Amino acid sequence: MTTSPSRALLIIVVVLVVGMLVPVGYVIEATARIGVSELAALLLRDRVGELLSNTVLILLLGVPITIVLGVGSAWLVERTDLPGRRFFSIVSVAPLAIPAFVSSYGWASVFPSIQGLGGGLLVATLAYYPLVYLPALATLRGLNPSLEESARSLGLREGAILLRVVIPQLRLAILGGGLIVALHLLAEYGAFAFIRFDTFTTAIVVAYQTTFAGPSAASLGIVLALLSVIVLGIEATARGRARYAYVGSASPRPAELVKLGKLAPLAIFALAVIGTLATVVPMTNVIRWSFATNPELLNDLWRALVDTSLLSLSGALGAIVVALPVAWLATRHPSRLSRVLEGGYSIASSLPAIIVALALVTVTLNVAPGLYQTTATVTAAYIIIFLPRALVTLRAGLAQVPESLEEAAQALGKPPLLARMRVTIPLLFPAIAAAGALVALGAANELTATLLLAPTGTRTLATQFWSAASSVDYPGAAPYAISLVLLSIPAVALLFAQTRGKTR
Amino acid sequence: MTATLAAALLLLSSCTGVTNSDDDGAVEGASAEALVVYNAQHEKLAEEWVEEFTAQTGIEVVLRNGGDSELSNQLVAEGDASRADVFLTENSPAMSLVENAGLFAPVDPATLDLVPEKYRPASGMWTGIAARSAVFVYNPELLDESELPSSILDLQSPSWKGKWGGAPSGADFQAIISAILETQGPEATAEWLTGMKDNATVYRNNIVTMKAVNAGEVAGGIIYHYYWFRDSDSGGENSGNTKLHYFGDQDPGAFVSISGGGVLKSSKNSVKAQQFLAFLAGVSGQTILGEGYSFEYPVGGDVPAKDPLPTLDSLNAPVIDPSKLNGPEVIDLIMQVGLL
Repeated sequence: MTTSPSRALLIIVVVLVVGMLVPVGYVIEATARIGVSELAALLLRDRVGELLSNTVLILLLGVPITIVLGVGSAWLVERTDLPGRRFFSIVSVAPLAIPAFVSSYGWASVFPSIQGLGGGLLVATLAYYPLVYLPALATLRGLNPSLEESARSLGLREGAILLRVVIPQLRLAILGGGLIVALHLLAEYGAFAFIRFDTFTTAIVVAYQTTFAGPSAASLGIVLALLSVIVLGIEATARGRARYAYVGSASPRPAELVKLGKLAPLAIFALAVIGTLATVVPMTNVIRWSFATNPELLNDLWRALVDTSLLSLSGALGAIVVALPVAWLATRHPSRLSRVLEGGYSIASSLPAIIVALALVTVTLNVAPGLYQTTATVTAAYIIIFLPRALVTLRAGLAQVPESLEEAAQALGKPPLLARMRVTIPLLFPAIAAAGALVALGAANELTATLLLAPTGTRTLATQFWSAASSVDYPGAAPYAISLVLLSIPAVALLFAQTRGKTR
Repeated sequence: MTATLAAALLLLSSCTGVTNSDDDGAVEGASAEALVVYNAQHEKLAEEWVEEFTAQTGIEVVLRNGGDSELSNQLVAEGDASRADVFLTENSPAMSLVENAGLFAPVDPATLDLVPEKYRPASGMWTGIAARSAVFVYNPELLDESELPSSILDLQSPSWKGKWGGAPSGADFQAIISAILETQGPEATAEWLTGMKDNATVYRNNIVTMKAVNAGEVAGGIIYHYYWFRDSDSGGENSGNTKLHYFGDQDPGAFVSISGGGVLKSSKNSVKAQQFLAFLAGVSGQTILGEGYSFEYPVGGDVPAKDPLPTLDSLNAPVIDPSKLNGPEVIDLIMQVGLL
């Protein structure tokens, strides 16, 4: 039974959406303020052409490579008789616990000459392929094997089955993972800065460093925002068609494992090499240097750990509170209106953090100077940037809570909204915890928005790592890098456990 | 369970409220009376200064660290709403930017008297607190002494293609270009920058440039002197294979950049802020600079430079009024050429 949403819920959601759209408004306003001729002068430069080609190339090459790595490892550990499948299933998710900028710093320290597009591709694909691997793994576990069995009985070879039967069914997972990777590639700053690969985002950070919130930062920001919108559009179009082709849901019957035979050593070798490149190489020097660290640093480390934890917690709670109403609206009152409002929530989060931060700097200075450089502003940035992580998780959680319970509570005389909250929120707790962990993980690794917006004197693990690493102070940076990795492990473990829990 | 949600909201608002509850919401972990210093100088040097100042006066100081250009533009964007009391830079153009926006209060005359006239602007709206010299760092295995450039202007010639590097996105390098602009004019500067775009490898900052020269990735680079002395003093991991070449001869490449300090007009703590600036320019502050980890040149209180630095006067730098250096025009030129 679908009811129309209460007016209070609608008002709350609309107000929140307007808040989430502040960075989009800033980008549009900034364009208008610059004026056509100055904008043209700023954008029609050779330099902008270089940035555009770098940014587009890393998207066109990086996304397919991460998809091949992610889907390939997921298929090997889930659908073949690969020896050590369980071990490799964990190895393939491990890079997610290493922030991309830490990984890049590790690579640059081992091979100082790594640079440019090649370096960017190497570091980014190794850091991001788990983002495709996880959804691909979860989907593979839930696929109905009967289609593959029919194909096999019709005489198709295993390779053909993989390409023509299995992969088409993974389209949603591939598109979803690929979209996240593409948005990460557009927004990445730290990882590319270490290896001298310039994209729109790195150039915006440099423009910010030379002119603060000046016209050159804004004009580059507009192009980047457009690129994000194009990426979102491509994914939405592809998904729109894929939905109809999607077949089958969870099956209790495990699929028959493909025998690798002579190819097994090759598969083991490939997974071992990828795992080593993604985790062992970047972390070796970092661990080695942490032994050379000055013990006096531990005091600073502790302070940074506290600041990081408080800010991430604040961001996580904020994102949950902001995401709940719209998740509710989307699952309980699905309609064209709710889909539009949901889209409004997510547009801003596809903008890179540096643009969101510049928008919040400009808006708070002009509209609410009292909030400038306070924890509230950083929290708002974290909410805008990481909202989809909370939204997606909460939406899935809400969909699993039976609505009949709420109706029962309502029948017992509770006011509708209160009834729903009392009954549903407790059942939603696991989803709330997962959403919070995901947002906190992102916020703890956030660099640019934190640098711009945090209260004077704030030191997070990410900003301290950045400051030490920028002055090539390896022993000074290492403990912050290791702390970031250790902080990330529980959240990654939680995500990994979820792919298992969902389907078995 | 509404209680849980309410508790979460309460926790959130208390997280965000902690810093809003007092008058000066911007400062974390310090009282409202703490001086807020927008610091573009090296964090470690600034921390050494602050520690000693607080020990002497009991006045708390919080640092907001960033680069010259970003913090100066930030101060201009903030205007009177800024929470900064003091601004410290590594180079002069950023000080001029803030001065030209009318945001500085005049420096106490007693503080100005501590610093020789050539190390501060005639306006008296800010003062020099340190100095640094441009140098050419080179790898003798890749570049013979006889091949060294006699002027920084030589580096634009095609014979230097692929042989040198620099960090044009940094305020340090931009200050050196502002010296070229001041001595050679805009056309010659644009030409030099075009030569740089063709010839030079672009690095993120001075240290990375020096490291690349040390590793033999590139034969030479333009940096400031003290990065080399600092690294050499702590074992030479990133400078051991390199040597320094001073241009001298009043060449724009022998430019000595003045690091500045000033008090913001909008400061609500102006007495303490002036006190902090007097401390920096005085014997205590300059001694920390002269004897500490920094290797930058002291400019006030007759404090000598740290051994083994050559004396500042022996560098034969071009004579340039620090307030004439034009940061925004330099950035425009760099952008036109496409280095940014």
